[in-house]
Amino acid sequence: MLKRVNDTAISFTLNGAAVAVEAVPGERLSEALRERLGARDVKIGCNAGDCGACSVLVDGAPVCACLMTVQQAAGARVETAAGLCAADPHAIALAERFQDHGAAQCGFCTPGMVVAATALLRETPAPDGDEIEAALAGVLCRCTGYRAILDAVAAVPAALDGPGGVGDAIRRLDGAEKLTGAERFGDDVAAPGTLALRVIRCPHPRAAFSFGDLETWRAGRDGIEAVLTAADIEGENRFGVIPQFVDQPVFAEGVARFRGEAVAAVVGAPEVVADLAPEAFPVTWEPLDAVTDVAPAKAEGAPLLHADRGGNVMCEGFVTCGDARGALGRADVVAEGAFETGFVEHAYLEPEAGMAEVVDGRVVIHACTQAPVMDRDSTALVLGRPREDVRIVPTGCGGGFGSKLDLSIQPILALGALKTGRPVRLALTRTESMQSTTKRHPAAIRARIGATADGRLCGMDFEGDFNTGAYASWGPTVANRVPVHASGPYRVADYTARARGVHTNCPPAGAFRGFGVPQSAIAQEVLFDDLAAALGIDPLDFRHLNALEDGVPTVCGQVFGQGVGIRACLDALRPAWERERAAADAFNAAQGDGPLRRGVGIASGWYGCGNTSLPNPSTIRAGLGADGTITLHQGAMDIGQGANTVIAQIFAEALGVTAGALRLVGPDTDATPDAGKTSASRQTFVSGNAARLCGEALRAELLRCVNAAPDAALTVEGGAIRFSDAQGAYTVDLAAMPASAEGYVLEAEATYDPPTKPLDANGQGVPYAQFGYAAQIATVEVDTALGTTRPVGFVAAHDVGRAINPMLVKGQIEGGIAQGLGMALMEEYVPGRTENLHDYLIPTIGDMPPVESLIVEVPDAHGPYGAKGLGEHVLIPTAPAILNAIRHACGARMTRVPVTPSRLAAALRGRGDD
Amino acid sequence: MILPASTPVASRRRTKTRGKATPVGYFQPGSIREALDILGAERPRVVAGCTDFYPSQPMGGRTRTILDLTRVDGLRGISATEDGWRIGATTTWTDIDRADLPPAFDALKQAARTVGAVQIQNAGTIAGNLCNASPAADGVPPLLALDVVVEVASAAGSRRMALADFITGVRRTALAPGEMVTALHVPRAAGDGGSAFEKLGSRRHLVISIAMVAANVRVADGRIAALRVAVGACSPVAMRMREMEAALAGARVGEVTMRAEWFEGLSPLTDIRGTAEYRREAVAALCARAIRRAAGREG
Repeated sequence: MLKRVNDTAISFTLNGAAVAVEAVPGERLSEALRERLGARDVKIGCNAGDCGACSVLVDGAPVCACLMTVQQAAGARVETAAGLCAADPHAIALAERFQDHGAAQCGFCTPGMVVAATALLRETPAPDGDEIEAALAGVLCRCTGYRAILDAVAAVPAALDGPGGVGDAIRRLDGAEKLTGAERFGDDVAAPGTLALRVIRCPHPRAAFSFGDLETWRAGRDGIEAVLTAADIEGENRFGVIPQFVDQPVFAEGVARFRGEAVAAVVGAPEVVADLAPEAFPVTWEPLDAVTDVAPAKAEGAPLLHADRGGNVMCEGFVTCGDARGALGRADVVAEGAFETGFVEHAYLEPEAGMAEVVDGRVVIHACTQAPVMDRDSTALVLGRPREDVRIVPTGCGGGFGSKLDLSIQPILALGALKTGRPVRLALTRTESMQSTTKRHPAAIRARIGATADGRLCGMDFEGDFNTGAYASWGPTVANRVPVHASGPYRVADYTARARGVHTNCPPAGAFRGFGVPQSAIAQEVLFDDLAAALGIDPLDFRHLNALEDGVPTVCGQVFGQGVGIRACLDALRPAWERERAAADAFNAAQGDGPLRRGVGIASGWYGCGNTSLPNPSTIRAGLGADGTITLHQGAMDIGQGANTVIAQIFAEALGVTAGALRLVGPDTDATPDAGKTSASRQTFVSGNAARLCGEALRAELLRCVNAAPDAALTVEGGAIRFSDAQGAYTVDLAAMPASAEGYVLEAEATYDPPTKPLDANGQGVPYAQFGYAAQIATVEVDTALGTTRPVGFVAAHDVGRAINPMLVKGQIEGGIAQGLGMALMEEYVPGRTENLHDYLIPTIGDMPPVESLIVEVPDAHGPYGAKGLGEHVLIPTAPAILNAIRHACGARMTRVPVTPSRLAAALRGRGDD
Repeated sequence: MILPASTPVASRRRTKTRGKATPVGYFQPGSIREALDILGAERPRVVAGCTDFYPSQPMGGRTRTILDLTRVDGLRGISATEDGWRIGATTTWTDIDRADLPPAFDALKQAARTVGAVQIQNAGTIAGNLCNASPAADGVPPLLALDVVVEVASAAGSRRMALADFITGVRRTALAPGEMVTALHVPRAAGDGGSAFEKLGSRRHLVISIAMVAANVRVADGRIAALRVAVGACSPVAMRMREMEAALAGARVGEVTMRAEWFEGLSPLTDIRGTAEYRREAVAALCARAIRRAAGREG
């Protein structure tokens, strides 16, 4: 008789303890671990074996828990990150070293990394670089650029120093939980058995649709609690981020405008929802003609995505100064080119996930996000309720990079919780996440730049169409930012730049690290190499000669009297530039007829920190308890970049304590004031300033209590606050002070809003209070026979004004370069074709070469302790530096990214290729 | 119809689809005999490493009946036989990488190290790679170059066929209902000489090949005495380069050059990973490199 194993409980050892589960046939081990055994340290990034986040050890061997049936684990020894970090000496040491190196940023891939690294170290205690690479190659990371992980596994000594004030390289304050997997991300909050949501999505780029009898359908199915459609929305069925462009429905009505757009959702018991095929839902699709590229979308007679946006043009940004045409006419050389980029997917390892419940009549949403207050306000509008009725409690955010600024799952979760009156959860599949959330805008750019024989820039004309997809999202921001930045950090006195956002039946393009500037930098920096070559000037010298300086107007007519750091970045690169170019020459000379050619390229970048010419405040609050505990209400979302640590360091410095002495609260819209969104490289600058002002205010209050000198030293010891100055020592008598309802005897709150001024019709004004500056060198090896490009090293000079935490600065640089590398060489999202992480490629640990980070500090008068933003600057120069390096290596002038092997080979053989 | 061991529990797990009860079950037999009986009786989905099984599951589409081969005695592992080598169907890529085998298997080992990463290599099996029948299956070119014979079995008996006859098209094999792969056989003669595998992709790891080549070469007096070359991802089923093999017989290793007509039998596609024209050119370069490396490795 044949025996089925599904009828018996499955027993195995989990982290040393005997466990037994009853599972359905073929249930994934990951599912059983997370939902039946509470092992939420096992993270699910793709459910397809592409990302490795769910790595566990089965009888000592790393496997993807998502690709193993729980029945296959019967009798085995299963170990997860939490168990290893508690008991395995290798993992315990790794957890320390990962923190020392900042090797966990968002922390979502970290448990998988620790599992894979532990397996390696058990077998090979002192592995070499190749062994580490092979062992970790199965785990993708999108934040770190892998270098810190490699160093942590290889036990390279870390460069930590200082007690935790400004300028100290300290560990992340919230780092320990990332290693063990204890940090709760969006899908880690809901209790097992919570009602699940399945979103019904349009399978066509554009389609009319109609529902069958939904109530009959629902009533006929056991375990289906509710069906949600636009009819359930009591407020406005639209959301968006730019007030004049709020155009995206939560559920489409009548016509869906892109593949993957939500039209309905089903709420039910988790096992029922898991078995629900979208095809079983009663909806009839009628595919309609779609426009998926900018050119056909702009063409006469093209179907309009939005009736009031003629020609499908959403909006246009424009900046002009001087006389671009006249200058180009008198230039001695003019470089011209057409450039093309594709959709780029953020590919954070954590797909959007969360849980919502109704508590005391209010909707509480636990979800990953970059913008809790915007989530609250937008969700309230959808629900038709006051915003006080919505509370956003952000979970850990497993990467964002811009896409988690927009609403995705939040309103659907809220509607589900309200309709059923029960908690509901939703975790997008990797494919749903890729189909439905925002992307980097594909750009089609034409640009002309002139220079005179002496090497000075002489006129620039730039025009770009940006495919903004079906809905506006942050498209208007991209259209506005690009013309302001397309000159690069250079003196361009005669300039015209225009950028249009054009609607297509594609996923909405929105915010992605750089907001269109990485695309425009490709055009500008490649043309700069044309000009340098035409003039016979060294590429670095050419950029240095034309670099902005203090007192020189930008293309917006903004004149900075201080803080312009691009020349300092280029100066910092010069030794590496000479070294790398000489090394490449020597390498190529030694190759003879061989196919390998090495090249070195350079590019610069700049980026204005904060909103463009718009109010952009952050508020930070702190309280002192009667027991001497200092609590920082920190609402700036840490999405892996380190805001929890940086904001605390700044506040601590202002107050006169160390960051480790603080208790951190939040973010939580009930507990933290609005620190704005984590975007536009604004948290260190804007929220950092609010933290500085808040720290200074609290210090002033305390000093007043004891009449100490302003520079008195503060110590917190055993619940007592003491000052000492030249006159003596003082203790603040906390016990004598009345406490607030929150238990605070002293409180401080401060707001900072960067000073900007509107842009006029010609784009002239004060768009940003500060810019950050960057220049990078890329060295690549091109295999001319195959068209493959292998980056072999980067040198990155970044002017951060003041490095609040140099370790975190380095982490941003390495992570940004990895994303720029991906954009340059492999990443292209094609709707309907690359909706997973094996067809959409992001760099693996083997693709990322060493990075030499040169931290440049040209202080900014507006920045806290001189600091400037950094988050987006880090990837802007990378792709153009790689393109310039490829050209230096093999002569191919590439104008379209990604430069796939196929495209480069075609260019080398003098033919087009798509 | 063979009934499950504990009918009451099994019936509890029946699920309704359009009013009709579908049996569900997870079978994990210990012997080949038992596995073949289940295969014949239950029409299960056969799984082992599951590395292709789960990613191919549609949303909401749970597979009802699964035959898991990972606990079948005698299906996993590599052994020397009188005629050469036997590779059991559920031998994993890690097993292959760690096996003590002559240099003729180097290409297969190199391919094993490029199937996903360690996590996939620890689970994925060689027969699974064949049965999945992807044009880009990394295991197939090295196995073609090793002249592999596939052993398939059903409750009614077993039969053998050349690998080229086993994979019949994109996602198609010669397996009849009730049959499964039990082993691969490498003939003794294929074990001579060196071998090499060249994989072309847009990133370093975890990449579906744009094209790949495996070459097995035996060299005598600086000349090619025996050559077998196979190309993957450039035709619906990976192909041996028979014309090239014949033309290069006797050629000096240092003077191997490629001729376009050898690749005319390929039918590469243009897709997101590259154009047809690119694949054709790249494959020539990969073949030349694989032959040179294989000749250099001969041990």
